[in-house]
Amino acid sequence: MSDAALLEIEDLSVTYRTAKGPVEAVRGVSFTLGREKLGIVGESGSGKSQTGRAILGLTDGNGTVHAKTFRFAGIDLRHASERTMRSIRGNRISMILQDPRYSLNPVMPVGRQIAEAFLVHHRTSQRDARQRALNMLEAVRIRDPERVYRAYPHELSGGMGQRVMIAMMMIPEPDLIIADEPTSALDVTVSLQVLAILDRLVTERGTGLVFISHDLELVASFCDRVLIMYAGRIVESCAARDLAEAKHPYTRGLLNSLPKIDRPVAVLPTLDRDPSWAG
Amino acid sequence: MLSVRHLDVRFGRNEDAVHAVRDVTFEVGRGASFGLVGESGSGKSTVLRAIAGLVDRWTGTIEVGGEALGAERSKRFRREVQMVFQDPYGALHPRHTVDQILKEPLEIHRIGDRDDRVMQALAEVGLDERFRFRFPHQLSGGQRQRIAVARALVIEPKVILLDEPTSALDVSIQAEVLNLLQRLRRERSLTYVLVSHNLAVVSHMCDTLAVMRDGEVVEGMAVEALRSGTPTHPYTRQLFRAASGYDADLVASLVDDL
Repeated sequence: MSDAALLEIEDLSVTYRTAKGPVEAVRGVSFTLGREKLGIVGESGSGKSQTGRAILGLTDGNGTVHAKTFRFAGIDLRHASERTMRSIRGNRISMILQDPRYSLNPVMPVGRQIAEAFLVHHRTSQRDARQRALNMLEAVRIRDPERVYRAYPHELSGGMGQRVMIAMMMIPEPDLIIADEPTSALDVTVSLQVLAILDRLVTERGTGLVFISHDLELVASFCDRVLIMYAGRIVESCAARDLAEAKHPYTRGLLNSLPKIDRPVAVLPTLDRDPSWAG
Repeated sequence: MLSVRHLDVRFGRNEDAVHAVRDVTFEVGRGASFGLVGESGSGKSTVLRAIAGLVDRWTGTIEVGGEALGAERSKRFRREVQMVFQDPYGALHPRHTVDQILKEPLEIHRIGDRDDRVMQALAEVGLDERFRFRFPHQLSGGQRQRIAVARALVIEPKVILLDEPTSALDVSIQAEVLNLLQRLRRERSLTYVLVSHNLAVVSHMCDTLAVMRDGEVVEGMAVEALRSGTPTHPYTRQLFRAASGYDADLVASLVDDL
């Protein structure tokens, strides 16, 4: 299993019906994912989040998903029933979103929410689930798990909230995690600490990670491989450490438009969008 | 142009009081650009809001152009000092057209030639007349931020307070807005105070900066010290290293209470 691809996607498209006609949010996206950290970068509207949501079967009702191949761990997601999807979602593929304040239930202590994530997919006692949740809180480096277990989401800082989210997403021991801007709402040092926790859990458990982000430098330093999306398509893919030497003019343009701390320029280069990039 | 001395801001009362800004002092010369850097809760935005008159209770001295500010801000102050906010989606009235948005400050300050001034402000931020009668929802994030800048400029202020002006924008759009702000500062000898969590943006935009933490300035420096990576305070050095991306060894070395 370890060598087989976790996710195989060929020619994925996501199309939305709108009042102004169909909008193709994702067009002809193909990639395979093993037990690795794959970054998907792009600007707003590039289709990076829509790609992540399609994998989980979370495309909104007015959207349709097409693909030649769309397989997760051998399961054909194109023909998966809603029942099958429910058994996959949360259990085998889980998702971490940007802002824990909107992703956690505000009126339930966070410990119970983590335990529930385990109970939904496993037959076990409440006591066992509680113990697993406490262990998981410890695994995400929360110093006082008993106290945090009883805390409500509003009582947690952003960094704590996001660690709780990671605990909740990791507790069913999924094969694949889709993290959509998981640290964009956090301060830079907190963000790095949260990523270190995610990194360790993903590496120890051999989980696949799709890391969706607008932050090129973060993805280059955190992931193994990167896909760059523009207008719904993948325009380039490369090893994360080679991102600085990316070839595509769009990727180059994005990298150049970033101000650098140590290399001041009078005027920042801006992006001249070539219609051919949208293909 | 702008002088802040011993600024203190407290929110709440008694045991719930939060001492958000503690004894902050800095000076910004005419035509200079000053950066306030820090993480969330450091008090950097509160300093900016105190200058703008958006915080009720503060102590210390704030002077703009030699005039000490009181609790009530004069009309002259409001004409000389303008602010651009982080979220271009929240800062513009959703049911006002660009034309109405840009005319409102002109009406408040009883300035004539409004049509000409609106057209000129639009041109200066790189938008043409087609945008004049659009509503904010018909604009992209970058276009909205340009309108917010145009609204600040239209009454010809001397100081512009910028609160994370590009952190809600894509990087390619950020570059355009930063270039725009730089050009306007040059052409109009504007004085900027820029609040940002992004060291690279501050390095690009500012001459001097102060690093804040827990309401206090931990270090003030010329931008050259930031660019050369030689800040002296350990907290600033940690921020500097964290800005270079993910590094497991770095994370292990992070200290919470520098």
